[in-house]
Amino acid sequence: MITALLVMILLAILLGLVLGYSAIKFKVDGDPMVARIDAILPQTQCGQCGYPGCKPYATAIAKGEADINQCPPGGDAGAKALAELMGVEFKPLNEEHGIQKPKSVALIDESTCIGCTLCIQACPVDAILGAAKQMHTIISSECTGCELCLPPCPVDCITMEPILESSETWKWKYPIYNIEKIGKV
Amino acid sequence: MLMQIKKIFKFNGGVHPDGNKAESTHLPIARLPIPKKLVLPLRQHVGNIAKLKVKIGDHVLKGQMIAEADGNISASIHAPTSGKIIKISEEVVPHPSGLPDFCLTLEPDFKDQWIEKKSIQWKKLDSATLIQTLTHSGIVGLGGAVFPTHMKLKINKTQSINTLVINAAECEPFITCDDMLIRERADEIIQGALITQSILNAKHCMIGIEDNKIEAFQSLTKAAKKTSIEIKVVPTIYPSGDAKRLIYLLMGIEVPKEKRSIDLGIQVFNVATVAAIYRYIELGEPSINRIVTVTGNVKTPQNYEVLFGTPLPELIKNADGKETKIDKFIMGGPMMGFDLPSINVPVTKAMNCVIGSSPELFLPPKPVMPCIRCARCADACPVYLQPQELYWFSKSSQLEKAIDYNLFDCIECGCCTYVCPSNIPLVQFYRYAKSEIIAEEKAKEAANTARERNEFRLSRIEREKKERAERNAQKALGAQEKQATDEKKLAISDAIKRVKKNQQENIKNKNE
Repeated sequence: MITALLVMILLAILLGLVLGYSAIKFKVDGDPMVARIDAILPQTQCGQCGYPGCKPYATAIAKGEADINQCPPGGDAGAKALAELMGVEFKPLNEEHGIQKPKSVALIDESTCIGCTLCIQACPVDAILGAAKQMHTIISSECTGCELCLPPCPVDCITMEPILESSETWKWKYPIYNIEKIGKV
Repeated sequence: MLMQIKKIFKFNGGVHPDGNKAESTHLPIARLPIPKKLVLPLRQHVGNIAKLKVKIGDHVLKGQMIAEADGNISASIHAPTSGKIIKISEEVVPHPSGLPDFCLTLEPDFKDQWIEKKSIQWKKLDSATLIQTLTHSGIVGLGGAVFPTHMKLKINKTQSINTLVINAAECEPFITCDDMLIRERADEIIQGALITQSILNAKHCMIGIEDNKIEAFQSLTKAAKKTSIEIKVVPTIYPSGDAKRLIYLLMGIEVPKEKRSIDLGIQVFNVATVAAIYRYIELGEPSINRIVTVTGNVKTPQNYEVLFGTPLPELIKNADGKETKIDKFIMGGPMMGFDLPSINVPVTKAMNCVIGSSPELFLPPKPVMPCIRCARCADACPVYLQPQELYWFSKSSQLEKAIDYNLFDCIECGCCTYVCPSNIPLVQFYRYAKSEIIAEEKAKEAANTARERNEFRLSRIEREKKERAERNAQKALGAQEKQATDEKKLAISDAIKRVKKNQQENIKNKNE
């Protein structure tokens, strides 16, 4: 009886030590769920979801405050991926937040630009180059197409240009072929 | 010749399509006259687009570099003849997309004036110097892969090359450009192989050639008589010309997944590539032309030595005109080639063969029927994949699954499509899935950069806010201190004034 008790107590102490050690040693910083949701989001940082960026939206989804279908750049495919990750039912994109548009980049009409730096302050990824009273330009390889630079521009010199297919971005298309006709058509 | 087939290691699967090679080997290689204009795409190779070195109106000499390799994985472009640069524009290039790319247009002056040609004393120079020189040669893999050759010659200090394999298999039906090159210029190939062997410091050098090229084999044997180069005959089976399949045929070595042959001490070059290396090193001639097979539904199928940039219609005209029945042109062979988007494209480094196609030559695709999982494709697959599984996953866009089934090991040889009894265009599905996956990966990379940039911006704003707050706090503190000292000074001066006043009063009182 006493031996059994001793064994159990010893075991409890031992396992407690192991658990305690691993809780310190393998501690995960932050919410791993947020990072996993954030990895699915397209990182456009456009704020169309109603949150000031992709990470805040990811945090809100993880907390259950936001729905999975509020991200227009991610579209239905993004919502599907989020539904799969969260283990909830898929919902099509909520059009209150906007519709999915073809991927575009901003273009500054450099002859109209007055160098006010308002767009630079609005850009969430620092993709606009320029200084006060100097012409501004978009670093198009870094532009996420969030459109946040459009409203602050006092002279409306920024337009969104859809990214055209080039020989570098070209993709093989899904094969289309004839299938056998059955009977007379 | 059959005696030569010994110690050959047969790979899995493979197919035996009709060769159709005899048509274009009756006539010797012909040289095409200089056309009225040459259109030179700046991207004829795998890697970065070449950097322009000329401007409109410049007069260039034959062999002059007009665009320079940009970075390591890139290749230079040279003027194929002397003349004037008249245009820099986007033109349709021979690519399955049919999209335009940047091109230079050269108007020849028909003097065909060379730059000063300098041969290189390769026996006296070390490998590093020679590789450095070859980066300016514009030579890329002429078998069709167009990978910059100088990059294939670079080896790490930890690696060493045991065997150099020269690929003369040319297994694709219809194509005979390598065959004719070997028949007529075997000496150049052997010389080029010796130079390449010396650069790589390879112990052995062997040439692998299919047993259907008897004449080529004979001329190679004759040319290689006094050298240690071994000429090995491999059976005619498609796709023996794939580098890794050829290595297996010759040596029985399977290059493992995610490894390159160079990791095993083997490097493979195409015959035309080593001939180009010879011409650059010994004669000082950069890569400005290649041999192109023109065959199929044309009156005189033949091989031509063509300057890069030659408009394809000129080439077709020389093969005795376009037959009326031609419905399209195929670049490359019928197994791995693609339909050219237009006839108005220039000849590039990758163009080994042009086939005039007609409904009689290549029957229109039969109606596709469902996959019955007969697994004939798996039997035919030379890289031991399960094409029927890959087909299901690609068709339903289950890309992760397709990756798990080693989609990226597929060499797109087309054996599975060839044997499929349901006529399913399997390779098209794999190409679709591969480019989807690559695009997704690129998008993910872009998203990661955007995330990093956004996080950096937020932290910068945070930092600036903090710094501003600190500065403000410091200012406020300074003001307080100043105020305090002011009060003290005021108090002192007041005290002094008081003392003086008292003193004066005291004096007054005394006087009174």
